[in-house]
Amino acid sequence: MDKKNFLSGYRDAALVKGVLQQIKNRITKPWTIMEICGGQTHAIMQYGLDQLLPEEIELVHGPGCPVCVTSLELIDQALWIAQQPNVIFTSFGDMLRVPGSKKDLFSIKAAGGQVRVVYSPMDSVIIAQANPEREVVFFAIGFETTAPANAMAVIQAEKLGLKNFSILPANVLVPPAMHTILNSPNNRIQGFLAAGHVCAVMGYWEYPPIAEKYQTPMVVTGFEPLDLVNGIYKAVSMLEEDRVGIENAYSRVVTFDGNRSAQELTRRVFHPVDRNWRGIGMIPESGLGLNDTYQYFDASRRFEIQNIQTQESKICIAGQVLQGLIKPSECPAFGTLCTPQSPLGAPMVSSEGACAAYYRYGKNAK
Amino acid sequence: MTSQNSSEPVSMQGPVCPVPHYPTDTIVMGHGSGGQMTHDLIQNIFQSQLGNEYLAEGNDSARITLQQLQGQLAVSTDSHVISPLFFLGGDIGRVAVCGTVNDITTSGAQPAFLTAGFIIEEGFSMASLQKIVRSIAETCQEAEVKIVAGDTKVVDKGSADGIFINTAGFGIIPQNLRLGGQYAQPGDAVLISGTLGDHGIAVLQARGELGFDSQIQSDVAPLNHMIHDLLEKIPDIHVLRDPSRGGLATSLKEIACQSQIGIDLFEENIPISQEVRIACEMLGFDPLYLANEGKMIIILPANQADNALELIKKHSYGASAMRIGSVSYEHHTEVLLHTAYGSSRILDMLAGEILPRIC
Repeated sequence: MDKKNFLSGYRDAALVKGVLQQIKNRITKPWTIMEICGGQTHAIMQYGLDQLLPEEIELVHGPGCPVCVTSLELIDQALWIAQQPNVIFTSFGDMLRVPGSKKDLFSIKAAGGQVRVVYSPMDSVIIAQANPEREVVFFAIGFETTAPANAMAVIQAEKLGLKNFSILPANVLVPPAMHTILNSPNNRIQGFLAAGHVCAVMGYWEYPPIAEKYQTPMVVTGFEPLDLVNGIYKAVSMLEEDRVGIENAYSRVVTFDGNRSAQELTRRVFHPVDRNWRGIGMIPESGLGLNDTYQYFDASRRFEIQNIQTQESKICIAGQVLQGLIKPSECPAFGTLCTPQSPLGAPMVSSEGACAAYYRYGKNAK
Repeated sequence: MTSQNSSEPVSMQGPVCPVPHYPTDTIVMGHGSGGQMTHDLIQNIFQSQLGNEYLAEGNDSARITLQQLQGQLAVSTDSHVISPLFFLGGDIGRVAVCGTVNDITTSGAQPAFLTAGFIIEEGFSMASLQKIVRSIAETCQEAEVKIVAGDTKVVDKGSADGIFINTAGFGIIPQNLRLGGQYAQPGDAVLISGTLGDHGIAVLQARGELGFDSQIQSDVAPLNHMIHDLLEKIPDIHVLRDPSRGGLATSLKEIACQSQIGIDLFEENIPISQEVRIACEMLGFDPLYLANEGKMIIILPANQADNALELIKKHSYGASAMRIGSVSYEHHTEVLLHTAYGSSRILDMLAGEILPRIC
């Protein structure tokens, strides 16, 4: 398959319309389905798929936006580190505008702090090699998808004997968040679209017990229009037939086992720890902390971080959005007090944030 | 060992007083002093490449005799702070000329004269300056414009990023022409003169920020000849706009607000090269918001659209031109993008995206 066909095949309008018709034929009653991943939320909005689905389907947007759920404590720690003299603070670009209690990384950069955008944690390792006289810190955010690369950066830094490289561990995990959502007394979710990219790394062996426990169907789903409508079709079919379990609608990328060597790499460097999710709260064993062997590379230990007193915006109700309790456009601040130019909460900043997706793709017209 | 006789004259092999080092390979503060070094720099670098009868007079102001006093004057200015200075398909010099030439062209004028102001960081390489000035000269020649006034300032190391260039331009708009973002009318067709996003991606690639190799060239080009030919045959054009920073989406949103109309865009018809599309996929950019430096949005009565497309396509800078949308009474001040799936979404101005400065 050449590159052109590879992309355009999964965007073929006739095929997408065909599957949409199949969904319409199949559905007999209302269903509420959550897409976990913010990338899927954006694709749905970008292609306007929500407008084309039958009225019976309500898509609820999940917490799968890594910068959105990174806790305020961690962001304030990052801001504190980035302000120290002699530090080069490196981060994915999305994180720069996410508001901490008082500032964001952009404002620290504007005030003269060395804050650099990188596309890969390995770039931070290279920066550390090139600047031996400075402390180089990488803000290791992301889900299971970025964890192997973050692990690799630590392993590489150790191999190179880099004494001036560290990471601020902030990775989070999807399955514990699914437990929290399904356990909530307010839960409305009847079916899940599982995040295709997370499953590409992790496989989907973790999901059958969750599906069984909460009697919820799940479908591993990709990101192109045809992938998304196909995932929704499978989820609707399972719901209509009262089947629970997990099916794979992204088999060109995802296997049951996933990428075992990437999982092994993650396990070698990290282990599950309790972690606070912004807007949601503490979720047991939902984050990744550095294993004993690699704690030398933990920035939160290397720096004596002082006086972190977090203060969340009183107006932002991102937590309810992240848990799928309300739609971004139902927030009173949406599009007025809170815009991508002056965000009150992380979901309005990130390219994976639900509020940003609503704003960018014109859902502000209430 | 003989004792030295103090009356004996000292043998002079070369000067005893150290000659001041006269730098030739980098710009130093003295080049901006207004004295001999500035004079030499202007003579050797600028005059030699850009020289014409106006610059040759060497006065504080150029005097331009107006042959025709009928008509309207088009004036535009633009500062160029692009990083890096050199990239595939162009450099800051070519962008500085094309940016202003194309802005003047959007008024319906044929640009005639430019001014150029240079702010140069101390320590900047003379070879790079020469290369940039040569590029300016070549682009001026292609666009058939003359630089009639210029200025050079040197600032301390760290106070600028290599070199900043401001250009201003002047041209005469024929008496009968009234073009502007406020003149789009329901029923008009929207054309774009070629593929979108090439400049934005070429600059990111030159910054080493793509993380993969690509050969995408900037589209930076002077469009005045192409547009002049078009206006000669089809004077009834309502809007010309250069979709540089903010890209196609932001430019169309501006026009929709200025004219108080709606614009319908058809996603399938918007020309984007496969390379740019793939780069955007990988980086999460929307090509409709990427900068262009050699494209023109043309809005004109729908019954003229096919003729206009045919004329533009004859020109090398318009070979991939497309009709991409129409102007409507509906959804005032909004740009609505219609997808191939039958859904639509509103395109707003560029908001909060993290992009390096690219023009």
